[in-house]
Amino acid sequence: MSISKSLVSSFPSVDEEDALTLYGQRFSSRLMLGTARYPSPAVLEAAISCARPCMLTASLRRQGAFGRDTSQGFWTLLQKMGIPILPNTAGCHSLQEVISTAEMAREVFATDWIKLELIGDDYTLQPDTLQLPAAAAELIRRGFKVLPYTTDDLVLCQRLLDVGCEAVMPWAAPIGTGKGPLNPYNLRMLRERIQVPLIIDAGLGLPSHACQVMEWGFDGVLLNTAVALARDPVAMAGAFAKAVGAGRQAYRAGAMLPQDVAQPSTPVLGTPFWHQS
Amino acid sequence: MRQTQEKVLDFAERASMRVWINQEPHELPEGMTLADAVATAAVNAPFAVAVNQEFIPRSRYAETSLREGDRVEIVAPTVGG
Repeated sequence: MSISKSLVSSFPSVDEEDALTLYGQRFSSRLMLGTARYPSPAVLEAAISCARPCMLTASLRRQGAFGRDTSQGFWTLLQKMGIPILPNTAGCHSLQEVISTAEMAREVFATDWIKLELIGDDYTLQPDTLQLPAAAAELIRRGFKVLPYTTDDLVLCQRLLDVGCEAVMPWAAPIGTGKGPLNPYNLRMLRERIQVPLIIDAGLGLPSHACQVMEWGFDGVLLNTAVALARDPVAMAGAFAKAVGAGRQAYRAGAMLPQDVAQPSTPVLGTPFWHQS
Repeated sequence: MRQTQEKVLDFAERASMRVWINQEPHELPEGMTLADAVATAAVNAPFAVAVNQEFIPRSRYAETSLREGDRVEIVAPTVGG
């Protein structure tokens, strides 16, 4: 039996060898973390430190909507963490809203990265699948690095690639539901057919969900509510980080093929007391 | 800030216009620029602006004159997923 490379300290770790590459930029973590719904800024900060995500999502809202100093406090926290920011276009329902929000985000956060959210239905927060490719195309034309939040529809994801997206972020389930992958067939088919990085965005509730999609070969996960609404968000952030790492390592390790018939793992040869009847 | 207040006074003789800033109505001197309007809003965090849903880069605030009924949105960083 050979010793796994990751157990030998003189070898580079799996994480160093296995960076996530998005739009040509390498990231050492495969977990993206949302910053909303935490009990306090202090808990958010501790959860970030525990999860060590590759990117933090953030948003824009009317100045003063959450009190005069809230934005400044959040901004100071982001600066302190020093983690790349992924602004979103949450709440946008039209192409014009998406474009203006993305441009404002680029100016405020000083980044070309944008998580494209174009909502088509407020009840399910399902993306507007018919307008999404056009929105992504326009953002790419304007120089953005677009990470589109999408459904698990294969053809839609292919259209997003056609207009220049270099990664796609399908949902596992509706935002904030924590239901985990609702349609494993669709997700696994996406992984089968699409070669660019796929990040599961939305709908995960448990570390086992994250581990599962990583085992299927997804390149990363984006979490928010599953961490923020846990009884102990900091501990849950750590649990998710380990689950993502474990799932990725398992995917690279290559799982055994399931068998229908039991096979003893202990050698049969030399079993004491056994005799041919 | 003092310079801005003086500009507002200069405009005081002129007719006023109603401009909406983050959904709040403001009576501003006609022809006031976006730069002056933003200064009066006393924003204390990084921000960006759109007028009538169109993003206006910071470099264009001074040359952007507001008009009656304009809807100005001033946005700042907030938490998001």
